[in-house]
Amino acid sequence: MAIQTTTPAAGDRFDSVVEVLAKANEVKTGDELAGIAADADAERVAAKRALAGMRLETLRENPVVPADEDEVTRVIQEAVREPIYDEIKDWTVADLREYLVATGTGEREIAAIRPGLTSEMIAAVTKLMSNLDLALVTSRMEVPARCNTTVGEAGTLSFRLQPNDPADDVSNIIDATREGLSYGAGDAVIGVNPVQDSVETTTRILEATHEFIEEWDVPTQNCCLSHVTTQMDAIREGAPADLVFQSLAGTEAGNDEFGVDVDLLDEAHDLAQRRCVSSGPNVMYFETGQGAELSGDAHEGVDQLTLEARCYGLAKRYDPFLVNTVVGFIGPEYLYDGRQVIRAGLEDVFMGQLHGIPMGIDACYTNHMGADQNDIENLAVLLAAAGANYFITVPMGDDVMLNYQSNSYHDAAALWELFDLEPAPAFREWLAEMDLWREGRLTERAGDPTIFT
Amino acid sequence: MASDSNPDADAEPPEPTTSDDADRGDEDALRRIADRNPTRLGVGRSGPRPTTEALLEFRADHGVARDAVHSRVSDDLLKEFGLVRLRTRVADTDQYLARPDLGRELDADSLERLERDCEPAPEVQLVVSDGLSSSAVEANVPQLLPALLDGLEARGISVGTPVFVESGRVDVMDAVGEELEADCCVNLIGERPGLRTAESLSAYLVYGPERGSATAKKSVVSNIHDGGLPPVEAGAELVDLIAEMLDAEASGVDLREDDREFRTE
Repeated sequence: MAIQTTTPAAGDRFDSVVEVLAKANEVKTGDELAGIAADADAERVAAKRALAGMRLETLRENPVVPADEDEVTRVIQEAVREPIYDEIKDWTVADLREYLVATGTGEREIAAIRPGLTSEMIAAVTKLMSNLDLALVTSRMEVPARCNTTVGEAGTLSFRLQPNDPADDVSNIIDATREGLSYGAGDAVIGVNPVQDSVETTTRILEATHEFIEEWDVPTQNCCLSHVTTQMDAIREGAPADLVFQSLAGTEAGNDEFGVDVDLLDEAHDLAQRRCVSSGPNVMYFETGQGAELSGDAHEGVDQLTLEARCYGLAKRYDPFLVNTVVGFIGPEYLYDGRQVIRAGLEDVFMGQLHGIPMGIDACYTNHMGADQNDIENLAVLLAAAGANYFITVPMGDDVMLNYQSNSYHDAAALWELFDLEPAPAFREWLAEMDLWREGRLTERAGDPTIFT
Repeated sequence: MASDSNPDADAEPPEPTTSDDADRGDEDALRRIADRNPTRLGVGRSGPRPTTEALLEFRADHGVARDAVHSRVSDDLLKEFGLVRLRTRVADTDQYLARPDLGRELDADSLERLERDCEPAPEVQLVVSDGLSSSAVEANVPQLLPALLDGLEARGISVGTPVFVESGRVDVMDAVGEELEADCCVNLIGERPGLRTAESLSAYLVYGPERGSATAKKSVVSNIHDGGLPPVEAGAELVDLIAEMLDAEASGVDLREDDREFRTE
């Protein structure tokens, strides 16, 4: 498919909005692999210039995948609040960037225009913003969400504890949970990726984590990241889940690759509202990542950043508690090295928060990328400064089940100290009761998993 | 920090801060947790950072994983097993990582060599490929390949001339198998290395190889290494699977419906 609409603002150089959007991207191997990237920097900047002069109305009226072919487009279009859109539709993308970075623009001013934005408009402005622009505007946005705990409030930084085990051994999963909690990680969620996608395994993991949370009275939530239909079956049979998880894509075809569609997600959200054991109201958890659509041959000729934005447009429908990009998991054919991963991480968190969803990040890399732990520590520092809601943490940064590296339990305390931040309030109080937290720092007792035995 | 105006002051130097300032309530319990887990637990800390030893161990393991991606399979191994050396259209490792499409097709020289040096129309064509870990090939192929060849011979299954494809992706087996008109093609390929092991190998199998065939048409046996499925046992398992594939004239989901059915009720 290709959108054949010409864009007056783009001049004669580009044939379509889709082409301008793709060529205006910062360098990403995924766009090159798809054959849609700018040939050279001169063309990249020409595309950015064309995009800067484009009106928001042009982006609204030319969604990157036509509405009659794609339900993600329909979800995004139908969510627009028309009177607010009418007020901003004559802005250019450059106007939008300058509104966001202007002195005096804060969460209130951003919230005032948010319901009038589509994912394509948000993707467009992201392509005009530098890394520091992205960090600055992200720091101005505050998008908290509440399940059992509240994450994303000003002054807090939360962490997902990810105690994966290559054999789904629940005693090992609980050991890694003990270690993470002893470092103060785990207020966002104790979330386990199972090896085996079955109702039996999902139920076993949900029961074990739930029992541990109850026994130690931990103010957090559990989640088992199997396919959404597996979790739904487990929950229907009585498994104790606080959150329901699913990976999302930015096109209907991409979601089909993931075995989901909007009807199924609606049903999952409805079931979660009625059957999760948490107090809510936010009970959904989504993961995304640039390049997922191309890897499933479902990118529809659209660049990976714009498709990532559309994931957030879809996620917003379900008032999620957690959404994070798994930014460096997919491999060097989509994001080649530390430089591309850092750029994509800043873009994704910014785009998520601008959609109004509570955005965190799995700052991560695989061993075949040109990246190492220093790169994701850099990204974590940038995004802690920018105010991401949460990060993923695994023991020493090494996930031996998914075979990739992310932030470590240790990184949580270092980031709190560096930016004078704290865990979510209820969790912080619990850490203090456990004598793991005092005066804004971990105590001597921290880092010892045996205190939970 | 050396602000002391009197270098001869007899003040004791400070004790080095302990590299692990967590209060270790129960050392034995901690060892049990660390020893029974494959994850890096009980590593300790100094303030909010890991101990130096834990940090260096992590870096050492990452170095091994990186080396597995960026090193080449030795000519000695290819000679020892009589593997015909082929190449894909990839120019170098950087391009290999960024362009999976080029790693699925043989270059012109290799296509010629395939026609010249390899037996046509075998029942089984064996491909070895470095993939993302040359270490996985070096560590497993010397045991796996003889087990596989002996097992197939014992069943009376004909095997073509085994080849090695440098800078190969999984689907390069489709090009090799299609060119040689093999009934069935097997690709023994290095997996993406983790920090726990850089030596894990996968075997992909396809019946009726042809370029562009879907991933779902392929069967896979993964996690082949000494700490997972040992290479000799993997050889035996693959012989059974190949016999089953030739018998059923199918592979992947056509052979076994082990793909998850997504229910939308």
